[in-house]
Amino acid sequence: MSKLSQKEYRVVTKPIRKLDAMQLVTGQAVYTDDVTPQDCLVVKLLRSPHAHALITDIDTEKAMAVPGAVAVYTYKDVPQERFTTAGQTYPEPSAYDRLLLDRRVRFVGDPVAIIAAETKEAAEMMLARVKVSYEVLPAVLDFHTAKDNELLVHPEDNWRSLCPVGADNRRNLVAHEEDSWGDLDKTFAQCSQIVEKTVHCKANNQAMMETFRTYCEIDTYGRLHVISSTQIIFHVRRIVSNALGIPKSKIRVTKPRIGGGFGAKQSVVAEIYPAFVTWKTKRPSKLVYTREECQIAASPRHEMEVHVKVGADAQGHIRAMDMYTLSNSGAYSEHGPTTVGLSGHKSISLYANQLQAYRFNYDVVYTNLQSAGAFRGYGAPQGIFAVESAVNELADRLGISPVAIREINMTREGNVIRSYYGETATSCALDRCLQRAKEKIGWDDTCLCTKVDDHTVRAKGMAIAMQGSGISNVDVGSATVRLTEDGGYALVIGAADMGTGCDTILAQMVAEMMECEMSDVTVYSADTDFSPYDSGSYASSTTYVTGKAVERACLELQEKICALGAGMLELPEEQVMFTADAVRSEDGSKAVSLTEIATKSMCGNTEALQVTATHSSPTSPPPYMVGMVELDIDIETGEAMVVNYVAVADCGTVINENLARIQLEGGIVQGIGMALYENVTYMKDGSIAENSLMEYKIPSRMDIGKLDVEFESSFEPSGPFGAKSIGELVIDTPVPAIAHAIYEATGVWLTELPFTPEKILEAVEQGGKYKNN
Amino acid sequence: MELKFTLNEVPRVVEISADTLLLDLLRSMKCYSVKRGCETGNCGLCTVFVDERPVLSCSTLAARVEGRSVVTLEGLREEAEEYGAYIADEGAEQCGFCNPGLMMNAIALYRENPEATDDEIKEYLAGNLCRCSGYEGQLRGIRSYLEFKKGEVRHE
Ligand code: FES
Ligand code: FES
Repeated sequence: MSKLSQKEYRVVTKPIRKLDAMQLVTGQAVYTDDVTPQDCLVVKLLRSPHAHALITDIDTEKAMAVPGAVAVYTYKDVPQERFTTAGQTYPEPSAYDRLLLDRRVRFVGDPVAIIAAETKEAAEMMLARVKVSYEVLPAVLDFHTAKDNELLVHPEDNWRSLCPVGADNRRNLVAHEEDSWGDLDKTFAQCSQIVEKTVHCKANNQAMMETFRTYCEIDTYGRLHVISSTQIIFHVRRIVSNALGIPKSKIRVTKPRIGGGFGAKQSVVAEIYPAFVTWKTKRPSKLVYTREECQIAASPRHEMEVHVKVGADAQGHIRAMDMYTLSNSGAYSEHGPTTVGLSGHKSISLYANQLQAYRFNYDVVYTNLQSAGAFRGYGAPQGIFAVESAVNELADRLGISPVAIREINMTREGNVIRSYYGETATSCALDRCLQRAKEKIGWDDTCLCTKVDDHTVRAKGMAIAMQGSGISNVDVGSATVRLTEDGGYALVIGAADMGTGCDTILAQMVAEMMECEMSDVTVYSADTDFSPYDSGSYASSTTYVTGKAVERACLELQEKICALGAGMLELPEEQVMFTADAVRSEDGSKAVSLTEIATKSMCGNTEALQVTATHSSPTSPPPYMVGMVELDIDIETGEAMVVNYVAVADCGTVINENLARIQLEGGIVQGIGMALYENVTYMKDGSIAENSLMEYKIPSRMDIGKLDVEFESSFEPSGPFGAKSIGELVIDTPVPAIAHAIYEATGVWLTELPFTPEKILEAVEQGGKYKNN
Repeated sequence: MELKFTLNEVPRVVEISADTLLLDLLRSMKCYSVKRGCETGNCGLCTVFVDERPVLSCSTLAARVEGRSVVTLEGLREEAEEYGAYIADEGAEQCGFCNPGLMMNAIALYRENPEATDDEIKEYLAGNLCRCSGYEGQLRGIRSYLEFKKGEVRHE
């Protein structure tokens, strides 16, 4: 452990209550739909019933005749420059392939018309009265056949790709890449045991409890003010500007509290439509997605098929890995070119210790299905499912314990990780996480499956995982810190707290740095007019990237405060120092309080007591974790239930243990949902079967047994106070760990998500372990 | 049509249509704690009390509360603050969007069964979905509140 890691912090590392906790838990009006007027125009979207079609005619007359009708906009009314709704740093890796409304509709649910009315009732009546004629076209519904299919999802000439990601609309390609290191064939030839596996991860819906919603109005200066439930205010500003064809300076974006994000709100799903309505009509308008819209036309996880081949020598040294991922981006390119990379870079990289060669190739394709987005884990869960299943199977075939095979091969502090952009593991406590998890669950290789009663067995399974901390050399985090009139501090950020607690975590850093109490810090976020530029809250970046900006802003602010204080004390700057509540002379004989300095700063002063610092990191140090599950399987019905989930995570210094723990627990439960029930199935016509929370089952509190989580911290030298990230990592282990437990119980490796009772029952039968029952 | 009912102990008379949902009526009367999370009666976010019993306001016609007493979290401030503090101390409020519905049912649970075991808590709150917290923190918070209340009773 590094020396610094043993430093005792005063505020950082403490389980402090979230600054907004009491407002939230007592149900105050803080979300978009609570804080914006109810009597504005109601916006609704008419959606395509076809997976692929050309609009031949739209008759809006009858709709406009509805009392209270205000407008119906069609593809004829919108700007013709294409853009992307992916909330990414410009130039976006996602292709510019969208229009606000297009004559060609590309999936069941693609918007056909934007409707604005005085009331919800009128808007709904209008929806039913717009008459659309379509020329229905054959659709690309199977992502295996999309590449080089003669049917094109985006045949248009003004499709544009801004980055060299291997995209080609003439081949239905969203991205393509080939990456390798070492002599793969030779290394495989020397391996005595090779496991090959193909896993299939379906799309998953984010199902955050607050659906997408946006309110827009024209402000005093004639600008467009967008108030939205978003993780990415600055990207929203750019994307709305692109979509409407108006300058960014004419747009202001603010976000109130967000009712859950997970990456869903890293895409501009809803904003562009009311923005268009308000810009056109100059009247306030609001769009609130229904749960159904949220299920069929939002930003789910990318469906991926991952093929992996892992080779080891007889002693269990993993020497070679080969992976090919096929990812389904759906009708648009959003986050397609970037999510796929994590399927390899965050899975192969778990085994840097003995690896001698790897290859990682991928294709991402367009299909006529709901477009995918950025969902917690961002491609990593899919790749980790494949690699961890293969490694568990490898251990089994070699007759080595699954724990031991990790001990031999897993990435260790100091390893250069070739498959992770050649970064060095500067902080890694994966070994300690494994040790601790093993103790907690009582892992015993000789007894991974036991009988509970005559039709229930209990099996154990395990997996390890990693994620990143921000996007290296891309993400920008900023913070403004200023001394307030009463001698406290105001922190202004552009990052978005979506329940994760980043407002509180960053405030803790201010309190630590400025030696004050949490109650002395006020946080304001986020507003494109006032917040310093921040790429937003995604890619596990806020604590690590924005946190560093906070740290630097505080240091610089101390200097400024000292300079002003020195003047007031009539001492040279070198002879004063910053202490918690005052600037003092070195010998302590003279002092001027922060309140006095703040007051002075408002009279005859030429130096603002305010600092904005901006940070970007050249590396993205991975947090790591180990997950171990105890799963009960009913061998008669195939039902599975997680009775105990042990997880130990290394996210560097834990800034707020309560908040980190809830991230860990919440992520595991989402992962369990992904493993056992969450499914997006497409009907023959391309529509989605699970279009409500009735059909799309997310875990309830009855579905979860015990969660037993803990932290084993490393110290990341490049992070604020040694911190890395936690937000996404947490969803990565349940799927492979549960697949492992199912194998231990049945003798069969399941490879397609979710592991439904039918599939488990089939595995029980196929495995033949319980024939005599 | 005219609807007469009591909202958070205040008698109210409002104009509604026959198909107005209680959820929409309450939000239009500025009870913003009442949230909608689905259209299928699955999430529990819209839970309010009608004559002291928790109901899903998304599945209740406003007309059905004629002459009855409706209570939302706005009407239970003190209780919500005392109880909620225990959830907040676990960091389990997370995004908070599910919290009002959860608090309504958690309060109902306490009133009905102040001695509830973990399994009884889980079962009682089974209809309250939460996508963020993983439920464990909520359970810890509720358990500590119930324990705190037990202590209070003993001290009386
Ligand atoms: S809104 Fe989901 S149950 Fe009422
Ligand atoms: S805290 Fe976000 S849904 Fe429960």
